[in-house]
Amino acid sequence: MFWSGVKPRRGVEMIAFVIGVCTVLSLPFGSNGEAIPQKPTGDVSIMPPIKPADGPQAFPDAEKANMPVFTMDYPRIQLPFEITLWVLLASFAKIGFHVYHKITVWVPESCLLIAIGLMVGGIMHSVHEEPPAVLSSNVFFLYMLPPIVLDSGYFIPTRAFFENIGTVLWFAVVGTLWNSIGIGMSLFAICQIEAFGVQDINLQENLLFASIISAVDPVAVLSVFEDVSVNEQLYIVVFGECLFNDAVTVVLYNMFSYVADMPEVEPVDVFLGVARFFVVGLGGMGFGLLFGLVASFTTRFTGNVRAIEPLFIFMYSYLAYLVAELFAISSIMAIVTCAITMKYYVEENVSQRSCTTIRHVIKMLGSISETLIFFFLGVVTITTEHEWNWGYIMFTLLFAFLWRGLGVLVLTQIINPFRTIPFNMKDQFGLSYGGLRGAISFALAYTLPDNIGRRQLFITATICIIIFTVFIQGISIRPLIELINVRRTNRNLDTINSEIHCRVMEHTLSGIEDLCGQWSHYYWKDKFMKFNNLVLRKILIKDKRAESSIVALYKKLELQNAMEILDTVTGDLSAAPSLVSLYEEKKGPASNPKKKFGRADLRSMHDLLSKNMYKIRERTLAYTNKNALPNESQSKEILIRRHASIRRSIRPGSFQNEPVPKSQKYFSLPAGQNLDSHFPFKRRSRADDEETMSETAYPSRRIRFNRPSRSSSRAMVPLQRMGTLTEASSVDVMNEDPRRPRAPPLPAPRRHSEDVPDEDTEKEDDGTAEPANPPTSPSWAAEPTERPENRTVRNPLLRKPQWNPKRQ
Amino acid sequence: MGALNSLPDEPQYVGLAEKTGFSFEQIGILHKRFKQLSNNGETLRREDFNTIPDLLCNPIRSEIIEAFFDRRNFRQTDAVGTVHEIGFGEFLLVMSHFRPPSIRLDDEQKEVIRTEKLRFLFNMHDTDNDGTITLEEYRHVVEELLSRSGALGKETAKGIADAAMLEVASISMGHMEPDEFYEGITFEHFNKLLKEFEVESRMNIRFMNMDTTTLCK
Repeated sequence: MFWSGVKPRRGVEMIAFVIGVCTVLSLPFGSNGEAIPQKPTGDVSIMPPIKPADGPQAFPDAEKANMPVFTMDYPRIQLPFEITLWVLLASFAKIGFHVYHKITVWVPESCLLIAIGLMVGGIMHSVHEEPPAVLSSNVFFLYMLPPIVLDSGYFIPTRAFFENIGTVLWFAVVGTLWNSIGIGMSLFAICQIEAFGVQDINLQENLLFASIISAVDPVAVLSVFEDVSVNEQLYIVVFGECLFNDAVTVVLYNMFSYVADMPEVEPVDVFLGVARFFVVGLGGMGFGLLFGLVASFTTRFTGNVRAIEPLFIFMYSYLAYLVAELFAISSIMAIVTCAITMKYYVEENVSQRSCTTIRHVIKMLGSISETLIFFFLGVVTITTEHEWNWGYIMFTLLFAFLWRGLGVLVLTQIINPFRTIPFNMKDQFGLSYGGLRGAISFALAYTLPDNIGRRQLFITATICIIIFTVFIQGISIRPLIELINVRRTNRNLDTINSEIHCRVMEHTLSGIEDLCGQWSHYYWKDKFMKFNNLVLRKILIKDKRAESSIVALYKKLELQNAMEILDTVTGDLSAAPSLVSLYEEKKGPASNPKKKFGRADLRSMHDLLSKNMYKIRERTLAYTNKNALPNESQSKEILIRRHASIRRSIRPGSFQNEPVPKSQKYFSLPAGQNLDSHFPFKRRSRADDEETMSETAYPSRRIRFNRPSRSSSRAMVPLQRMGTLTEASSVDVMNEDPRRPRAPPLPAPRRHSEDVPDEDTEKEDDGTAEPANPPTSPSWAAEPTERPENRTVRNPLLRKPQWNPKRQ
Repeated sequence: MGALNSLPDEPQYVGLAEKTGFSFEQIGILHKRFKQLSNNGETLRREDFNTIPDLLCNPIRSEIIEAFFDRRNFRQTDAVGTVHEIGFGEFLLVMSHFRPPSIRLDDEQKEVIRTEKLRFLFNMHDTDNDGTITLEEYRHVVEELLSRSGALGKETAKGIADAAMLEVASISMGHMEPDEFYEGITFEHFNKLLKEFEVESRMNIRFMNMDTTTLCK
């Protein structure tokens, strides 16, 4: 772990250092330095780009006659080889940035990537290397763009997005049009000034260029927004804007590059263009919807081929993209709609593992694609020939900034009356200042057709505006946002209570809207959910039951909880704060007991685990099929178990209820008392007794922090405490084979109910209970079928080493 | 649109507008809707609410309807209990809990609005008006919420409500003594629980100035 983190950094540092030195040295020499260029070639050997052509062929040519003992066929592998190396280099750079957290906090990653690209470009320039000409229009649109868009489409926060869909589309479509036309017109006006010497750029070309640079790409801004957790509305509008204005930009780009060829533009063409605009956008949406639904439907049947399950998602999204491209409609719209549509259904259908895989692969592809573009941008900035025109470029910068600000100002005034939560001035500032230009703009500019007269100038200006916005705005936006104190939101409310109350509120709102006859998105959401539950889910989802978001969240929390136990026990004792808000101990001041992990705790942990995860081992039998991945049902088992135990935890309350009516509300046991002291062994099986006893303490586990001895026999050991463990021995204990005889400090940890010696140290309440427990009634006795397994399965989790091999 | 409906007796509205903060147009529209619901009567009864088809599929319909007949929501101090029928004034007062606040508010005013809205939600849960949401009441709400989602049994709902209650207990009663019991969610705890939840900006309905009454069922 540690080493893998450090090494690449060193590597990157080294490379960066060498590159930097070389760049600096080589600059004054220009192109004639003989000695210095030698150095870079040696040092930067990991750099792929096209080696001089004479190298590789030398070997095969040299010995033709005989059977070659050793051959090299570089041209054969050249392309994939170089691509791999580029990707690798870019990825190394990323590792490098993230080793220094402080850098990425203050400087956006795209800046760093561009900077590295600039350095590499500098070296390549100094050795007269050409960058590989991989970024052609086709490569970009067919291979680089889809992952980026899929990434943002798949990870868009759905709820927030649909709550703000009107504003998002308003800014994305109208805002982009506004920017393109505004900038294009103003630049055309500038072109009329003779002093700048750019009179040959006509209106169409100006518009084309303007449409290129009006695609905002605020990845850097989004990460800043996420860090300072600005309010959801602002975040989602920036997010959605960058997503959909890519679509608009590409449409405009295609349109204008078509128009740019034409010598004359008839008014009819303008109307056709507008019509086409809608056909392209809505058509893309339609295809996306179609493919999204088909993809969801397909995943209904992939239960037996878990291994290739994620593939369907990628293939269908890509298919949507390609088909949309085939009909020349907005492929970005298609893939985004597809992702949004299928996400919900697919994630319910596929297994947990596939879901994780899907998310990771999408993220990975997206970030690689983007990294490469930024990296490439840096390289190209140095290596291509530029046409520098002060006037044009400066005015481009000025207009881009001006029109963006003006656009946000005007568009917000129009949209605000329609919003439940209007944007204030600070939000508007965030919106307009967050308009960074990025990868898409560059790629579009770079793939401009050659027949555009001032292609070089356009590329130069685009690079300028990207570098300007990414560096200046990207770096300064965090301090500014923090300075003006934009309204903030906590976007991660993962507690059941918030979910319940949120649902209550939404249902109330939709009810009130029904009552007073006003419709807004709550109304439509309600209606859609009804349709969804009645029709869509039945068709698209394997498990046809409608599921409330509360249950979903509950399951998720339970799962996290269970996973955390797993992680903790199998040795991942990282001190990372708990994700499970069910246990938000850390909020309270007295919440971090920093307690040593005693023998008794270990035992109770074992109890907990044996109760919660007794079925894991049985599941391993199911992994005999070679083609089947282990399925997720074990986690479901955990859920069911946990669920049952929580339900049981309430029961003591009801038992007490009859004689003491008020005690229905009691959540924790009365002090020093015990169920058994009140109602000795009535109506309850012994197993139930054990179970309820231990679970009852769960709600008030803070008590047990104060009185640690009591906790020892509780099944629900406070989970946080595991996180603060320091004793390494406990880890080893966990990974031991349980059947191996164990020396202290963990004597016979598995048979918790038989461990009378430890229970003796308890307070009187447990003292009364435990001896009464027949030793043969462990808590899992509730499931009689499991009994025979008890001896061997006592702590199934401890067997991880055992069931792992069986999986393969 | 008749003159009667579009310009109802202004003096009556002035008081209502002051009390509720609605504009005259909004009051006019709501009044129309009120008449529609009450079949041109002066008062609304629970049965009138039951006939709204859109509301029928709302899982917490009974709570919503009950909220309209709850004296606590009428912005009077110390009023408790329920009424059998409400007039337009009460209808409007209940509606006014959902009025979006104006943009320019200082933190204090925001807090007031927030408390008001939270109190409304809280009252929806706290049916017996004893100042706490008891476990029973909480279970009831969760059961209702989940009642539309198919085969989920009451047991699930119970389990979730219980888990949620435990969560509240652990969040709000940071330091419980062994002999303490968590009796239920008090309003302070409720407030604390939803601290991060921006109810003041979310529990809003945009009362349009547009008349949609004719489209309503």
